[in-house]
This record gives sequence, structure tokens and C-alpha cells, in this order.
Amino acid sequence: MSALTIRNVSKRFGAVQVLHDIDLDVESGEFLILVGPSGCGKSTLLSIIAGLENATEGRIEIGGKPMNGVPAKDRNIAMVFQSYALYPSMTVRQNMTFGMECRGVPKREQATILDRVARLLQIEALLDRKPSQLSGGQRQRVAMGRALVRDPLLFLFDEPLSNLDAKLRLEMRMEIKRLHQRLGSTIVYVTHDQIEAMTLATRIAVMHRGVVQQFADPDTVYNRPANLFVARFMGAPPMNTVPARLTGEAGAMVATIGQGAAAVRLPVAEVPAAWAGREVVLGLRPECIAEPTRHFSDMDGATVTLDAPVEVIEPTGAETIVLLRFGGEQVLGRVAPDLRLAPGTNARFAVDTRKICLFDPQTELRIA
Amino acid sequence: MPDRPLARALIYGTLLLFSVFYLLPLAVVMLNAVRSTADINHNSVIAWPEAVVWGNFGETWSRYCIAEHCTGIRPYLYNSLLMVIPATIISTLLGALNGYSLALWRFRGDGLVFFVMTLGVFLPQQMNLVPWAIVLRDLGLFNTISGLVLIHVVQGMSFTTLFCRNYYVSIPPDLLKAARIDGAGFFRIFWRIVLPLSPPILVVTAIWQFTGIWNEFLFGVTFSAGQNQPITAALIALAVHVSEAPQYGLQSAAVLLAAAPTLLVYLFGGRYFVRGLTSGAVK
Repeated sequence: MSALTIRNVSKRFGAVQVLHDIDLDVESGEFLILVGPSGCGKSTLLSIIAGLENATEGRIEIGGKPMNGVPAKDRNIAMVFQSYALYPSMTVRQNMTFGMECRGVPKREQATILDRVARLLQIEALLDRKPSQLSGGQRQRVAMGRALVRDPLLFLFDEPLSNLDAKLRLEMRMEIKRLHQRLGSTIVYVTHDQIEAMTLATRIAVMHRGVVQQFADPDTVYNRPANLFVARFMGAPPMNTVPARLTGEAGAMVATIGQGAAAVRLPVAEVPAAWAGREVVLGLRPECIAEPTRHFSDMDGATVTLDAPVEVIEPTGAETIVLLRFGGEQVLGRVAPDLRLAPGTNARFAVDTRKICLFDPQTELRIA
Repeated sequence: MPDRPLARALIYGTLLLFSVFYLLPLAVVMLNAVRSTADINHNSVIAWPEAVVWGNFGETWSRYCIAEHCTGIRPYLYNSLLMVIPATIISTLLGALNGYSLALWRFRGDGLVFFVMTLGVFLPQQMNLVPWAIVLRDLGLFNTISGLVLIHVVQGMSFTTLFCRNYYVSIPPDLLKAARIDGAGFFRIFWRIVLPLSPPILVVTAIWQFTGIWNEFLFGVTFSAGQNQPITAALIALAVHVSEAPQYGLQSAAVLLAAAPTLLVYLFGGRYFVRGLTSGAVK
């Protein structure tokens, strides 16, 4: 069943168009993440889904029912806010039952549901406290609890983890994923954090300047980004994107980065023949550049080894990030953690050429 | 803070001097309230009491004659209370409701509405005398306490709306969105979420309204007469006698009794008042 349908939704604030023709479909049980830099329109889109804002044009359906003009309270949704938006003068218990009270749920039923959710989120001990007496993580749980006491068609999360410190954020991220697996609910989740998007989503909509750049599952978004924006936005560190020139024939084309003796040549597959001899932008994830002993694949010719000058190394503990040069262009590689390459010298690297992406430098769209 | 004791002494000395200067009239009135008429006439208006007498208070409270009614100031104080209590409560609550809707429910033209409402803060009261005369006449509320309540509610709304609106703009909009999704409407959000957050501003507004309405006398003098006057208007009638046979003791006692409610409100609520005025700034 389609839980959420968004058709040709546009939004203008005066002369400023913040959303252009958004089209998204979310199946029941999916975890959709809207991700993008600040100001990309993701929060506005969430507000429109929630009924807190109206779309200038287009259609919203929740559970197959048209929602245009339906007020937020009648949309069968629950929402978790970035600021948590807990009612300061109410206890945790009152915060969680307020929505049921507004809907006229009988007291006894309220108590049963409250019990169940409090146990699920392990906040039973906090029920009589005021929000001001809670830590950030506890407030976050209560905010989720307030949404979970409903049984809505759609959960909406607006950057729910961005006010937590790094350690707590990891914990809560895991917990949200576990909750989703357990409850099987449909979630639309807004974040600017591409790691949250990768780890949580069943599908990701990458947004930029009010336009959905790509709407696909996390693997596709990561490995086959639709354009240069997505390639550079997803991944930390992001995908290397360097100018290159294509030569050779269809089926055996080579991308050359740089010129002369320092030039780096990498075989590329499945490029339309028309691109032979033209300039492109070559995209390569940092993890596709590693120490020469790394085994990427059994496929013949998939791995190319080459020498390149090392400029800077950043040991992170789990791996070492290397800034090196391919044909004069700066690229990042990720090598084994105990490898300490000497800056200023040449070192040998293995490159996984299967994951190379090529982009049209004019349209910035991926061509292969 | 200067560390040198001399500079410090100078600062405290100056402050003390101005405090004394400012409090002198109050001191004179307080001293005269416990002096007999003979004492005041014999010595001077500004002097220590020869003997402390408390009779002035009783006399002025229930027996002294004001404009041919020998009832003391008691009925006029009651009039003032009957006026100030409903007027304060109604104008404060309406201001809270206005402020809530202006600050948290944006609507087309809300800026203009707010501008027009706060314009009332800057209009001199005298400008409104004639319009009010017409309104009170048409409503049949001339020379009634209800009429004065109506005037003070409407006149006070500019201030109460301004105060409350400026307090409510600091309430995070997410709180309202959450409540709307929870299914609460305009009045339920006001009652259950916004009002419980409001005590600081409600105290400030209520103190402001109470003292303002209590001390106001232009409308009281203009639109009420005889036994229906609030205390401030009655005090003026009291002063008329001064030219005939000055009774400073009685008059001082009357002034003190008339000022007592606002003094008490300030003594007990002043803390909240000062705290409330600055609470938005430090947040």
C-alpha cells in the first residue's frame, strides 16, 4: 500500500520558490529520508506533509486519501521535532497523553498505551518529571514517546538527533532503527547528516535548492549518484571528482587524469561511444583508493595499481586518510590504519575501477 | 565598581540624598496623618507630631463629609475595588488572548492589527473623553461602575496586548506545531500550553493595570458623580474643602488609605514586576 504520495508539489514564499515539482512515493513500512544541506527545502516539505504549511501547487496523499486542505490534526500523523517541543509546564506523562486527551481517548486506554510506550522507550522512571528536569537524551526519548502513543499512518521526524552530542546520537540512531524494524511503521525523516541518511533509510531523497536530485535506495545513491551534487554531498569524506579525458573505443575506454608523465590512466566500462575523446568529470570514492595489497575483487582488470605522490596523511584510528595526487589533481584515499606513508614521497596504491562514475561537465549528470 | 571608599561614599551619599528628596512628600503625609488638627494649625504643616493620634484614620474612613455625604471614604474605596478588580482581570486576560493570537497565530494583516492596537499606548487619554461620553450615553452606562470598568478594559488593552505579545513571541513555534498535530485547537493550546507559561507576564501586566486603573482619575471625575465616584475622584472633592478650613490630618489619612492598595501591591508584587520585566532579556 502506498503510505504517502507527493505529486508535483511546489511551494513559493512570495517571489522565492523553495520547492520545485516534488514527486515522491513511499510504500507502507518504508523509512524515507529527506537529506540535503540547510535551505534545500527538506523541512518545508515535511511541514507540508504534516499539514503545518500548504503547498502552493501539487497533491499530497496519505494512506491513499487526498490531504490538501486537511488540517494537521486530522492527517493521522505523529511528529518528532528537532527542538523536541515538549510542553514545558506538563510532566512527561501529561506530555505523552495530551494528544490522546485532545482526541478523547478514554482514560483507561490512555494509561495502557502510556505504559506500553514508556516501557518500550525505558522512560517509566521519568513519567512524573518536567521536561526541564530531563537530560537531552531523555527529552529526545519523551519526544519520541509522544509520537509513539499514537498509531499513525506516518511518523515524521524533523532532524530529531541534531541536538544530541555525538555519542548519544549514535545510540539513538541505532535505537530508532531498532524501533522501525520492530514496529514496521512508515517514517519520513529529515536530516542534513548524510551518515544518518545512509544508515537509517530504506530510501533516500537527496534535495538541493528545492529539487529532488535523486530518489533511490542508499546503495544506489552512494554508488551511482545521479549527479555531481549527490556525489559530493553523500559520503564522508565525499567522492573525489576530478576532470578527465576519455579515449579509446566503446567497451575499452580509458579515462586519463592530468597530462604528460604524471598522467593517470584508468579503464572505464560501459561508456556510450559518443563520449570518446571528450572531457568528463571522473568520480571515485576514497575507499576505492587503498594500499596495493588490498583485494577489491576477483574480476580481471578491475584493480589497477599505480604510483602517486603523498601530500598529507590523517590517521583516524580506524583507517588512514591520505591526500594524494592523481595526474596533478588532489584526491583522497583510505588506506589501512597502521600504514604510515611519508608525505612528500611517492607510494603505491590500488584503485578499484569498477566503482568509477563519470559525469557530464556541462549538465553535471552521471553518464556512466 | 570603584574600590576607593571616598568614591563609594560619594555615590551612596548622592543616592541617599535623592531618595530622601523623593520620599519627603510621602513622609510629610504619613506624619500629618497621625497629627491632630490643632497640632498642625499651631505648629507647621511640616513638623514632627506633638503626640501620635490615630483618630484621623477612623474619622476619614467612615465619618468625614465629602460633598455633603458624611460617609467617609469607605464607599469610594469600595467603588474603586469594584472597578479595579474586574477591569484588571478582564483586560489582562484579553491582552493575553490578543498577544497569544498576534504572536503565535500569524494571519494576514496581523502586523497592522498589532500596530493599530499599540497605537492606543501613545494616544493621550483626553482625546478619548468625547468618544467615551457618547459610548457611555448610548449604552446607558453613564455614572456607573460598569461604565468605568468598560473604559479601563478597552483603554488598557493596548498595554496588556503589547506586554503579552512581546512575551509570547519568545515561545518556540515548534510547541504550537506539536500541539496542533496532537489535535489541540486555538483555545485549548491557549489554556493548556500558553497560559501555564504565562505567570511572569500576567503578574507584570496585572500589577501595571491595577496601579494604573486605581490611580486614574480623569475618567473617574468625568464619567461618575456623587456616590458612584472612585476614590481618586472623591479625593478631589475632599481637597475642595482645603480653602475653607484646612484639615490636613484627615486629608493625609485619606490619601494614605487611598494609596494603600497600590503600595501593598507594589510591596508584595514588586519583586515579580522587576523580574518579569527583565525575564525576556536574560533568557
